[in-house]
Amino acid sequence: MKVGVDLGSRTIKVVALKEGAITSHNVTESGFEPHKQALAFIAEYAPARAVATGYGRHLVQQHAEVDVITEIKAHAMGARYFFPQCRTILDVGGQDSKVISLTNDGKMQNFQMNDKCAAGTGRFLEMMAVSLGYSMSDFCAAAASIDQATPINSMCAVFAESEVVSLKNSGMPPAEIARAVHLAVANRLATMVRKVGCGDHLVFSGGVANNRIMVSLLEQDLGVPVLVPEHPSIVGALGAALQAELLHHAEMD
Amino acid sequence: MSSFEVKSDPQLWEKLGMDVPRFSGMPAMLTQAYTNIFLSQKNRPAQMAYFDGMVENIHTGRIDELMAAKDAGKPVIGTFCVYIPEEVVVAAGGVCVGLCGGAQGSIADAEKVLPRNICPMVKSAFGFKVGKICPYFQAVDFVYGETTCDAKKKTWELLDEYVPTHVMEIPQMKREKDKALWLDEVKEFKVAVDKITGVETGFDELQQAIVTINAKRKALQRLNRLRHHNPAPISGKDMLLIEQIAFYDEPNRFVEKVNILCDELEERIKQGIAVAPATTPRIMVSGTPMALPNWKLHNIIETSGAVVVNEESCIGTRYYKDLIDEGATTLEQQLERLTERYMQIDCSCFTPNTERIDQVLKEYEESGAQGIIDYCLQFCHTYNIEAVKLRKACEERGIPFMAIESDYSPDDVGQLKTRVEAFIEQIRG
Repeated sequence: MKVGVDLGSRTIKVVALKEGAITSHNVTESGFEPHKQALAFIAEYAPARAVATGYGRHLVQQHAEVDVITEIKAHAMGARYFFPQCRTILDVGGQDSKVISLTNDGKMQNFQMNDKCAAGTGRFLEMMAVSLGYSMSDFCAAAASIDQATPINSMCAVFAESEVVSLKNSGMPPAEIARAVHLAVANRLATMVRKVGCGDHLVFSGGVANNRIMVSLLEQDLGVPVLVPEHPSIVGALGAALQAELLHHAEMD
Repeated sequence: MSSFEVKSDPQLWEKLGMDVPRFSGMPAMLTQAYTNIFLSQKNRPAQMAYFDGMVENIHTGRIDELMAAKDAGKPVIGTFCVYIPEEVVVAAGGVCVGLCGGAQGSIADAEKVLPRNICPMVKSAFGFKVGKICPYFQAVDFVYGETTCDAKKKTWELLDEYVPTHVMEIPQMKREKDKALWLDEVKEFKVAVDKITGVETGFDELQQAIVTINAKRKALQRLNRLRHHNPAPISGKDMLLIEQIAFYDEPNRFVEKVNILCDELEERIKQGIAVAPATTPRIMVSGTPMALPNWKLHNIIETSGAVVVNEESCIGTRYYKDLIDEGATTLEQQLERLTERYMQIDCSCFTPNTERIDQVLKEYEESGAQGIIDYCLQFCHTYNIEAVKLRKACEERGIPFMAIESDYSPDDVGQLKTRVEAFIEQIRG
């Protein structure tokens, strides 16, 4: 058994692998002491080898015998597990968005990451949903319920909130504002993808890839198929688990 | 090295008109930061002791030296830029000091006056003066300002209300008429410096000064060549520190100490003593200056398992890569040779500035680096835009390249660490 844990800003993900097959996975809130949750996950599986990734990776390393890789490398490895030919991965999590480009044989070639602000992240979408009084799923459903909207202008979480307030007060229906927010985020993500270049398809991972309307807006914007793995949230943890297998085999050889 | 302590001298600070209660916590903070960042490094060269001492004396011993020069009627001039014709000051028996501009602590002072969305270096420096928390700022006769960017250019107008600020116009192109303008500016600067001493410096003094500052550049060039060796005989952090100290130390003593360190590094190379194994990923940093005590990026890189092997930066090779031709026979010729040398500086304020791209690629080859991290201070438009060309040049040659934009605040350290670690993973393949 090899285990990968991904300590993200919002959630902790764990994936257990046995001979290359996923035997178990789990997602839970990060809470106040994320490393304790991660350590509990690891203890539960008692793996031969564990690898940690995500923001809390170094914290876990201080408390347990684990190796660490960045979430960028982890998402690259995890995405290739589901889509062995993929060259470009977009990962949008709670706090970060990143685009990773790979060589033909899967090596990291280049990557882009958002600057230190919430624009184009899961957290941004959550905040906008709250300011419109929607739950996350209602927010997506509302955005999907209409097909016309102009993107909001501001991508700073603070300014976007004031923009949403003025739109509400100008009488714009909430569904239209919801779509406007989604469009703005999709535009921003598509620009990041274009900076790196995306070839003939894009793999989309991270929690935000569960958002179907975001997937279709990205497809429209980029004009290429956007492929989402079955459980997009666990791609980073899966990458870490794959790295644990690699390290284990390298040691055996 | 547990005895390391940045020294205090409240009496001296009082005399300089500093905000002593506010400043008195600074030495302890610097002691702690320096201990964590520098003294925790393994296997440092023994000759780094001198530079540790320069940090211990940064707010005391070195200031005493400046005050002694001042008492003897010598000019003490504060600078922010590698464009200052240091030789002119040294010829007048004076002292050039690079002013503090690399700390988060003074930003809030600056923002009481300045807009928030401008360069952190300009804000930090201005804040040090406004808050009266930099002994160097308090000691100088005047500040030398230049027109390399809009933020500086307009801040000088405000700074002049606190300390006399002499502004030189830096041309933005490199045509003959631009060189003529810069020569005129150098001559005017010389008049301003000579006015403090009341003596007009002549050929002999300037010649000696040219030789002295050339010696500083040569010593730094020698040190940089040695640090390029793989495995690295000295860390990037220590090299950056020396490049920073070059801006405030007495030049002759500095040259002697750098050369002694170089001798030690030659010996270390012979014996195979290094700060990191030869397999350690080697990263070159390019871009904007890192003023004292800005060690943020180097510290992130070197605590993430890589070593920094070159700084293509104003506080780096841009400061010492070019020498002045020492063969002039008249004062006028000296000033012309000096002008020619300064016009070789490849600051991104120039357009076009293709020579900088060539220089970055050259240094990449020479340093045996395996990737470039381009460092841009927030809101530094010229370097930020030039990074587009740099990226293209690197991609064409298959050189791993990452551009980052950051300020002095610690709030993006987590994210930067992830990016730097991912870049190292990319280099490792």
